[in-house]
Amino acid sequence: MNKLAKKIDTAKGKWEKLKENREPIVYIGAASCGRAAGALELKEAVKAFLDENKKSARVIEVGCIGPCYLEPLVDIKMPGEPRVSYNNVNAKTLQMILKSHFVNGEPHKKLALGHFGTEDFDGIPRFWDLPMLKPQVRIVLRNCGLVDPEEIDQYLAVDGYQGFMKALKSTPEDVIATVRQAGLRGRGGAGFPTFRKWTVCRESPGEQKYLICNADEGDPGAFMNRSLIESDPHAVLEGMLIAGYAIGASKGIVYIRAEYPLAIERLKRAIGQMREYGLLGKNILGSDFSFDIKIKEGAGAFVCGEETALIGSIEGKRGMPRSRPPFPAIAGLFGSPTIINNVETLGTLPNILRNGPDWYTRFGKEGNRGTKTFSLVGKIRRPGLIEVQLGTTLREIIFDIGGGVQKPFKAIQTGGPSGGCLSEEFLDLTVDYESLASAGSIMGSGGLIVMDDDTCIVDLAKYFLDFTQKESCGKCVPCRVGTKHILEILQKITNGDGTPDDLLALRTLGDTIKKGALCGLGQTAPNPVLTTLRYFRNEYLEHIKDHRCRATVCKPLIEYRVIKEKCTGCQSCVRVCPTGAITGPRSEPHNLDPSKCIKCRSCYEVCRYEAIAGDAIVIRTAESRS
Amino acid sequence: MPEQIRRILGKHGRSPDELIPILQDIQAAFGYIGEEQVKAISRYLRISENQVYGVSSFYAQFRFTEPGRHGIKVCLGTACHVRGGGTLLDSLEHGLGIHCGETTGDKRFDVDRVACLGCCALSPVVQIDRDIYSRMTVNKLTELLKNYE
Repeated sequence: MNKLAKKIDTAKGKWEKLKENREPIVYIGAASCGRAAGALELKEAVKAFLDENKKSARVIEVGCIGPCYLEPLVDIKMPGEPRVSYNNVNAKTLQMILKSHFVNGEPHKKLALGHFGTEDFDGIPRFWDLPMLKPQVRIVLRNCGLVDPEEIDQYLAVDGYQGFMKALKSTPEDVIATVRQAGLRGRGGAGFPTFRKWTVCRESPGEQKYLICNADEGDPGAFMNRSLIESDPHAVLEGMLIAGYAIGASKGIVYIRAEYPLAIERLKRAIGQMREYGLLGKNILGSDFSFDIKIKEGAGAFVCGEETALIGSIEGKRGMPRSRPPFPAIAGLFGSPTIINNVETLGTLPNILRNGPDWYTRFGKEGNRGTKTFSLVGKIRRPGLIEVQLGTTLREIIFDIGGGVQKPFKAIQTGGPSGGCLSEEFLDLTVDYESLASAGSIMGSGGLIVMDDDTCIVDLAKYFLDFTQKESCGKCVPCRVGTKHILEILQKITNGDGTPDDLLALRTLGDTIKKGALCGLGQTAPNPVLTTLRYFRNEYLEHIKDHRCRATVCKPLIEYRVIKEKCTGCQSCVRVCPTGAITGPRSEPHNLDPSKCIKCRSCYEVCRYEAIAGDAIVIRTAESRS
Repeated sequence: MPEQIRRILGKHGRSPDELIPILQDIQAAFGYIGEEQVKAISRYLRISENQVYGVSSFYAQFRFTEPGRHGIKVCLGTACHVRGGGTLLDSLEHGLGIHCGETTGDKRFDVDRVACLGCCALSPVVQIDRDIYSRMTVNKLTELLKNYE
């Protein structure tokens, strides 16, 4: 313990120095999404600027602070001043910002987004007071974007591994009791009480027990786990130590998607640092507890998010679920008792252990304690990664945090492909496990996709079924055959060939799959269809009876037209049309030959963004069909 | 057995749970899983070629044909779908004259769909080799491809 105590002292000293910062610091948000928005190019440009102007500063890559729509983010902290954040930085504004701070000695007030200080600073708003951040409660994400994910010292300095050390000082049974009092439920989606699973595993006989961290975030439209691992890997790993100690496991495995290379890299580095600090291996910190962590890369199968399928995949088999019981807590990986916890569940544990269960129960509501992270995306003004207390309403999430929708709001999908699509009347529904289930949806792992009038509900249901049908492992008939049939009916409807009987068939199929499928994938696969049928029946009927897709999404039901009165004949669309469907000489209204048009949207985009007229090409319901 | 395969196999143990990590290393080295590799793995792990193929064909990560010089992955996650990812894929397939999972005749590009790249807030996104391009449009994508030979 002494060795680590010394390291913690050094880490805290380093952190204080960093906070005092005699040297300026430039923070760059460089998680995957920041990088996609150009963060690494900015980092090079910062270095070049410093060299050129003979200035010195520390340049630190941090993770994701959440508001993805502001990416790339660059923060600057000058000595004696609070850290100032700048959003949507590009090569040009970067130069202006750097010049302002390093040459003129003042923040660039016009471009500044917010500052991290406590007091007023030059009239710049406080970062945490921004409308997207103010309603949030950050427990799991507390370090994201604030510490360097590649430095264990920074994690130690913000009380990292304190929760684990507290756990080590008590018995495993006490740790389980603490988690029970905190009321923590699994954040992977089902909401099963974490302590109950642990108790079963703890009490199961067996020399060897395993703890698996499920980071196979397969939900399309969800990136909470990726962001957390990329921004604060040690929080998840500390959670694994705590869970491993509680259940009596000596081996931990992180099962993570291969599509997340940066997260894997940061995990590997973090595990190396833990080993160096004596936080992994035999008799950790002089206790009886021995634990080691390995990384297993998933190979791309959505069904592997299901516990038994995940275990199969680690064993080197096809990732197909098996029937339960026996539950993995009794007979899991290689037949040994195994606990599988989601990334977020594990990331929450250090906070519960460090601050105590009473502190944790202050958040959320009865039966749904604590917070939940969500990736808020789709047709929303302020997409990003958020964390709110359970019991927050959908309205608060969409409108207060997300800033609302540009076009009229239509629906929100919770729980990814296994969840349901909820209409406007549910906006005041509170986000908790039971309320969402009562509306026919699920909490899921935390993807929230907002849709507006431009989204076709039938097409969306088809999209989800296309996904689950492809990802169905094929083991049980209801899922393998049922999802295929549903998909075919939905295809028929979006092609304009549906009949009113199809709606009944969809209901029957959906109910049957829910009852008969072997695993969670199948049992929840019909949810998107069943909820849209319930809440958006009219849109289905419009497709069937009127052959009309009001969102102009379903290709067989729409056509592209040139509005002759508006077209200035600028030729922009003629140049981009891949099939030569648009013709006409310059300065004269163009012709669009519907028989050649493949509805690829090129001309529509060009007309809106680049052409002179701006709105001469329209997409509308095909006349021949209605 | 070619040296390169032997070297990869040598880094792994012979227990069946090594199969997926071996396949991942082979694909990283060769770009795809070929017949010769399947045979070598089967002998090394003492499981049938069918088992090797059965496992590898189950997972989306593995491919069995030679990839192009540049891999294009169109993200069809939910966020990308509602913002037009499907249209991007359609026009890409039309433009290159191939379908998803295929490689162009000149081996310049191969096209695939991917369930989610986790950059949902920047949707729709397309990945070319290791780079992720955000907020794509059909025309931006057409222009972008010209940079890859």
